[in-house]
Amino acid sequence: MSDAEITTETPTGHSRRTFIKGVIATGAVVSSSSHLFRARSLSASAAVRASMPRMISLNVNGVSRSVDVMPQETLAMTLRYKLGLTGTKLGCDRAECGACTVLIDGVSHYACSLLTNAVRDRSVTSVEGLEGADGTLHPVQQAVIDEGGFQCAFCAPGFIMSMVALTNENPEPTREEAAEALSGNLCRCGDYDKILNSAMRAAEYARRMV
Amino acid sequence: MAVIRDMMPAFELFQPTSVDEALDVLERHDNTWVLAGGLDSMDWFKDRIKRPDVVVELGSVSELAGIRASGDGLEIGAMTSLRDVVASDDVRSRFGLLADAAAQVATPQIRNQGTLGGNLIQDTRCWYYRGGWPCYRAGGNICYAGTPRSMNREHAVTGQSRCVAVNGADTAGALVALGAQMMVRNAGGERVYEAEDFFVGPEIDIERMTVLEPGDLLTHVRIPGDWAGARFYWEKVRDRKSWDWALASVAAAIVESNGTIERARIAINGVAPTPVRLTDVEDLVQGMPANDDTGMAAGELATRGFKPLRHNDYKVPLARNLVRRAVRGDMA
Repeated sequence: MSDAEITTETPTGHSRRTFIKGVIATGAVVSSSSHLFRARSLSASAAVRASMPRMISLNVNGVSRSVDVMPQETLAMTLRYKLGLTGTKLGCDRAECGACTVLIDGVSHYACSLLTNAVRDRSVTSVEGLEGADGTLHPVQQAVIDEGGFQCAFCAPGFIMSMVALTNENPEPTREEAAEALSGNLCRCGDYDKILNSAMRAAEYARRMV
Repeated sequence: MAVIRDMMPAFELFQPTSVDEALDVLERHDNTWVLAGGLDSMDWFKDRIKRPDVVVELGSVSELAGIRASGDGLEIGAMTSLRDVVASDDVRSRFGLLADAAAQVATPQIRNQGTLGGNLIQDTRCWYYRGGWPCYRAGGNICYAGTPRSMNREHAVTGQSRCVAVNGADTAGALVALGAQMMVRNAGGERVYEAEDFFVGPEIDIERMTVLEPGDLLTHVRIPGDWAGARFYWEKVRDRKSWDWALASVAAAIVESNGTIERARIAINGVAPTPVRLTDVEDLVQGMPANDDTGMAAGELATRGFKPLRHNDYKVPLARNLVRRAVRGDMA
């Protein structure tokens, strides 16, 4: 990363919106200043600086998107509240329930417990990225619909992402293997039997497409 | 602690690309926190119980990830995901004990993003401590879990010293049984610890789980070839089949010849503030037949002197039976 890229976004206009953004940016500067002064006095040529480019580019669902991210911001927060991708749910926000499951480079992760800055150079897939460009549903989505897999379905996006990971990694899962693959997701309606039916049907649909 | 669903408090984030850079940042700042997979750390941050000023995220330090041959054994980077440990042919074929233990950590997502180093140095799950109560471990002057009316079903049955919390790292017991070494670096150089010496009980330092001090990085775990291909036994008992930490676990590496135990290395975890290596049991079973009688004697010896709390006396027969099964060689 070059020094030129290390910038803090500063407001230029005088609208209410830019004023508010200015307050946010100033907050970041205040919180970071003690470190900056100290770092310079102790080590002028420090190879590492705090990663302070607030505007980062994030590859989400195959599209590179520019987004203003705080250092302590989780990927779930960025997806939901910065990029409007509210399919990713926040249930527990503690890496327990799995409602926030997304794929990072094809591998399932809890988005509530990942810093957005940690996945800058990776490829993020949320539930919105599953359907084809022509609106064709992903085989997992189709299977969930055909099986009526969920009751309230708050947990569905997370389960669906885990099912996508399952069908990618294990095209012919047994029911036990499917249960193990989905063991990082919780359903408070207790609809696990139908969810497992969906997973098995999803694997079948995915095999047919190959 | 109420669940707070807004943003974590602010911190400076550093994302070094080498160990030297990471150590440089740790050296230059106070109140730092090293972030690996984030699954332990984020809970602390979100609950506002641990509030670092500077967070060093190690995901870009490629030299810390990966599994490679080292002498007649293996060297595993601390940032290697548990998923990669489980999937590694080298680990599975020669040190299957570690693969078995890593495969039972939490959930698929947690194994995908959680790291071997993070699993090893995770803080204890005592919920009084995690809930922000000012206990000994948190710098206070009381243990909330050790009183007669405490909820302490999951706590320690041995090794208590004011604090009664247990070590929750599944891979820790396996690495003790494999005779692994932990490579630790700070700005001053590298130190190497035997796995069983890497973990620190409350009688030594009540506020830490390991030897790591501020400024230290666990960089690699080195597994010697001594126990490659031995008969391994891993068993973890937990309340649920997913997510849970162990109520008790056993990890054993046993070399037999014609049904006689030539040498053994056995550790139990989930019963004390550190993983417990059972050196007395190892000595006892040497030269004995690998059968139920030996297992019974081993289990009795392993649990001698255990001091259960009010709600966890079940852990004594549990640990006894786990050691018994490991020694006699059940199919896990």
